[in-house]
Amino acid sequence: MSTEASGSGGASTGTTPPMIKAASVDKYFGDLHVLKDINLEVPRGQVVVVLGPSGSGKSTLCRAINRLEPINSGTIEVDGEPLPAEGKALAALRADVGMVFQQFNLFSHKSIVENVTLGPVKVRKASQSEARETAMELLERVGIADQADKYPAQLSGGQQQRAAIARALAMKPKVMLFDEPTSALDPEMVQEVLDTMTSLADEGMTMVVVTHEMGFARRAAHRVIFMADGEVVEDSTPTDFFTAPKSDRAKDFLGKILTH
Amino acid sequence: MFDFLTEYDILGAFWVTVQLTVYSAIGSLLWGTILAGMRVSPVPIMRAFGGAYVNIVRSIPLTLVIISMSLGLNQTLGAALGGDVLTTINFRLAVLGFVLYTSTFVCESLRSGINTVPVGQAEAARALGLNFGQVLRMIVLPQAFRSVIGPLTSVLIALTKNTTVASTIGVAEASLLMSEMIENESDVIGLVFMTFAMGFVILTLPIGLLLGRVAKKATVKR
Ligand SMILES: Nc1ncnc2c1ncn2[C@@H]1O[C@H](COP(=O)(O)OP(=O)(O)OP(=O)(O)O)[C@@H](O)[C@H]1O
Ligand SMILES: [Mg+2]
Repeated sequence: MSTEASGSGGASTGTTPPMIKAASVDKYFGDLHVLKDINLEVPRGQVVVVLGPSGSGKSTLCRAINRLEPINSGTIEVDGEPLPAEGKALAALRADVGMVFQQFNLFSHKSIVENVTLGPVKVRKASQSEARETAMELLERVGIADQADKYPAQLSGGQQQRAAIARALAMKPKVMLFDEPTSALDPEMVQEVLDTMTSLADEGMTMVVVTHEMGFARRAAHRVIFMADGEVVEDSTPTDFFTAPKSDRAKDFLGKILTH
Repeated sequence: MFDFLTEYDILGAFWVTVQLTVYSAIGSLLWGTILAGMRVSPVPIMRAFGGAYVNIVRSIPLTLVIISMSLGLNQTLGAALGGDVLTTINFRLAVLGFVLYTSTFVCESLRSGINTVPVGQAEAARALGLNFGQVLRMIVLPQAFRSVIGPLTSVLIALTKNTTVASTIGVAEASLLMSEMIENESDVIGLVFMTFAMGFVILTLPIGLLLGRVAKKATVKR
C-alpha cells in the first residue's frame, strides 16, 4: 500500500487507530471467491473512492465493513474495535457506521423526517423533539427541509438520496459508506447528491465511496482503490491513478470509462 | 310465517358467535404474527419450531383441533382455563382451539407479505443499528401487513364461519341453535337456513368492508 496515498487525507496520527482496518479478508459466495486477501487501512478523515469493473467485489467490501455481509476469514476493525459477530455489540457498531445505498432504501411507510428520526430515537435513545430538531437541521443542510413531511415515493430520486444521507448522518456516524449513491439517479440529479457528499468530505468525514463518478473521485477523494476480481489492484492518489495507472486492468478500465 | 323466530334467542346465539370470532381473531393475529416472526428469525431453533408448528397444525381438521381441546385438555388433563362453569370452560377452550388453528393461516399470509418487502428496507434498518425485533416490528411488519390485508380478510371471514365448529363441544353459538331449530321447526327448514345464512353474511360483510377501507388508507399513504 502506498503510504503517500493513505497519509494524504485528514488528520491521521500515529497514536489513533485507523478508522477502518481490514486484514487478510476473504469472502466467498458458495464457490465464488469474491474478496481475496483484502488488506486496507483507512485513516480518520480520509475519503476513499473504490473503483472497479462490475462484479469486482466493491459492494461486498463496502457491506462487509458493517457486517451486512459476514466474511469467511480475516479481520475487520472499525475505530480499533473488531467487528462483533452478532447481537447488541454489532448493532452498536452499525449505529456508528453510516451507510448509503444505491436504491436509497428509505422506509417507504414513514415520512422523510420520520426516516431521519427513527435511528436516533430507537437506537441512540434521543427524545422525539431533540431528534426532530437535529433531523430538520440535517434536512436543511441537504436542501430538502421543505419535503420533511412527505413520503419517500413523493420525492425525486435525488431528493430521496439526500434524505438517505441525512438519515445516516443523524446517527452521528464515525464513518460513512456509500455504495454507488448516484447510479440509480437521473443524470440531472447526480450533481446535487455529489455536492452533498463533497461538502461532507470537506468537513472531514471519513468516507468510503463506491462510485463511477470520476469527477467526484478527482475532486473530493484523497485516495483511489481500484479493485478487479476481488483483489485490490491499485491503491494510489486520484492524480496518480488517473494520469498514470500502473496495471493493465486499470488502464483498460479507465479507457472504457473515460471514452463515454 | 316468521313467528317461529321469536321463540328462540337467535340474537343471543349470534352474539356468542361474534364473541368467539372477536376473541379468536385477536388471539390468532397476535400468535400468528409471533409465529411469522419466528419463521423469518435468524435463530435456527425458532425457525424450525415455527415451521413445524404451522405445517402440523394447519393439516389437522379444525373439528379435531376443537374436540381435542375439550377431550384432551379439559377432560384428560383437567385444564379449565380459569373457568368454573362448563359453558365458560368450553367457550374458552373453543377460542384457544381457533387461535391455535387460525394463527397458522395468519402466519403464512404474513410471511408471504414479508417476502414482498424489499430486502433493502431491512438492510437499511439494520445498518442504522436496529436489532432484529425492531427491524421486524417497525419496518418489515407494517409494510407486510399492507400487502396482506386481502388474504387476512379471507382468513378472518373463514374464521367467522369456522366458529360453527364450536357447537361440537357444546358452545351455544349460532349453528347449535340452528340444529335445534331444524329439529323443532321441520316445516320451515328453508326459512331457518335462510335466517342463519343471512346472519353470517351480515357478520362477515363488515369485516370485508372494514379491512377494505384500511387497505385503501394504507395505499394512499405511500
Ligand atoms: N448475495 C450474493 N450471492 C451470491 N453471489 C453474490 C451475491 N452478491 C454478490 N455476488 C457476486 O459476488 C461478486 C461481487 O459482487 P459485488 O456486488 O460486490 O460487485 P460490485 O463490484 O459491487 O459490482 P457492481 O459494479 O456491478 O455493483 C459478483 O460476481 C456477484 O455476482
Ligand atoms: Mg455493487
